[in-house]
Amino acid sequence: MGSASSVLTQYDIEEVEEHCDHLFTQQEIVCLYERFCQLDKNAKGFISADEFLSVPEFALNPLSHRLLKMVDGLNFKDFVAFLSAFSSKATLPQKIEIIFKVYDTDCNGKVTFSDLIEVLHDLTGSFMSDKQREEVLSQLLHEAGYTRESSLLFDDFIKARNLFSLQSSNDHKILFLIQILDNPSLKMEVEVPVD
Amino acid sequence: MSKLNTSSSELDFDRPNIEDYLPSGSIQEPHGKLRLRDLLDISPTLTEAAGAIVDDSFTRCFKSNPPEPWNWNIYLFPLWCLGVVVRYGLLFPSRVIVLTIGWIIFLSCYFPVHFLLKGHDKLRKRLERGLVELICSFFVASWTGVVKYHGPRPSMRPKQVFVANHTSMIDFIVLEQMTAFAVIMQKHPGWVGLLQSTILESLGCIWFNRSESKDREIVAKKLREHVHGADNNPLLIFPEGTCVNNHYTVMFKKGAFELGCTVCPIAIKYNKIFVDAFWNSRKQSFTTHLLQLMTSWAVVCDVWYLEPQNLKPGETPIEFAERVRDIISVRAGLRKVPWDGYLKYSRPSPKHRERKQQSFAESILRRLEEK
Repeated sequence: MGSASSVLTQYDIEEVEEHCDHLFTQQEIVCLYERFCQLDKNAKGFISADEFLSVPEFALNPLSHRLLKMVDGLNFKDFVAFLSAFSSKATLPQKIEIIFKVYDTDCNGKVTFSDLIEVLHDLTGSFMSDKQREEVLSQLLHEAGYTRESSLLFDDFIKARNLFSLQSSNDHKILFLIQILDNPSLKMEVEVPVD
Repeated sequence: MSKLNTSSSELDFDRPNIEDYLPSGSIQEPHGKLRLRDLLDISPTLTEAAGAIVDDSFTRCFKSNPPEPWNWNIYLFPLWCLGVVVRYGLLFPSRVIVLTIGWIIFLSCYFPVHFLLKGHDKLRKRLERGLVELICSFFVASWTGVVKYHGPRPSMRPKQVFVANHTSMIDFIVLEQMTAFAVIMQKHPGWVGLLQSTILESLGCIWFNRSESKDREIVAKKLREHVHGADNNPLLIFPEGTCVNNHYTVMFKKGAFELGCTVCPIAIKYNKIFVDAFWNSRKQSFTTHLLQLMTSWAVVCDVWYLEPQNLKPGETPIEFAERVRDIISVRAGLRKVPWDGYLKYSRPSPKHRERKQQSFAESILRRLEEK
């Protein structure tokens, strides 16, 4: 793998920059390309699931397989677009979109009680029984004023994006979202190491 | 709480906390009443995962760092071209000649000594050691090796083991030039394997096979026998278990540290300006690596023989290994990473993920009690 810029033209860099809505600088894109080539061992143009899992820090993350579904087999442009949600310049709604997608395992546009339980299962493994997880989640949902049947639609989420500045809303589902994620410490940022 | 099955693979995972090294956002604040948000906010975990995709300390350990090209302008470029001509046209052939002469001398002395002096073991061993040191010196000369040794030379005493950081198989040659060590190595195919089975065998070298799990116990036994034998060559072990790029050290395997003897650390640092001595075994064969060294200007390195260490009372072998790794890393200016070198060849054990899950689950249950 020689100097990455020789394979990536200025035109390519600008195209990728455009595609990720300028959330990464050109220099960061060059570094991401080096990283992409480093992970893509036989220059296929995409990184396979196996190659992602060869990074031990990634493999031992409890939610790695969920992210893997979203990032497996992407070409470089889409790879950067995916990671742009983690850039320091990304907006809060963009970050929430990723979180939503991670929760919505069955990709039906809805985050239901069972989706929440599944993610909780990933995070706690065999250290809590299914019953315990259901109980805890039900209890906390109840305390926050929701039921097991509450579900969050992606449309609600889009509405929430537009209503984000409006803290008061009577729509329960939006309040649900705002409450969960209106966390001042929702800092979901990754730094691209620029040499 | 469910019990974990401890895996019987040779991946050694009862290590000090990886969490101490990793950049972590703790998934959970450890106190306060449990809120819905605490359960559902997965942003720290996702950040860690994305961070690992963008950059991770394990991959960095095995990245070749070639010296910066300096031929970048019209004035220096012709100089560089001249340098290439000198290196490939003059140095390389003369080095090949030197090496060939060395081999001829070595082989013509070694076989007579080995076979004719069968009865006189002590003398034979002494001569063989001297001859191996000689051929290693020839090898080092064939790369114009400039090796600075610091510290007292290893002495031949029983119940001691030498450990060093590992960058390439040439580490062995560089060290062997000064002292005829017996070394524990992975058995290689090809001409290297042939050398291993004939000449290195006579030094008392021990072989292992990474892919066999039962191998560990057999090797551990052999190590113990060798170390306690009075007449054996001092044993050299590379506890990292794999070649690392001379900027980092990976975790030391505890095998060398539970033999019940003194451990003498050796630190090796190559000067990158002249050549990158890291043998990236996934990218090059050993032959290519040697050729690359023989067509560079020089191989310059420092070798430090450090103070022998013993297991402190109350210290586990793993802590001992980490302490020695610390000593070597500080001396050679290497950064420590918490990964097992064998992760190059296989996936991490689920134990680490389970540890994270466990701490999260426990904090939830605990906070649930705090009403």
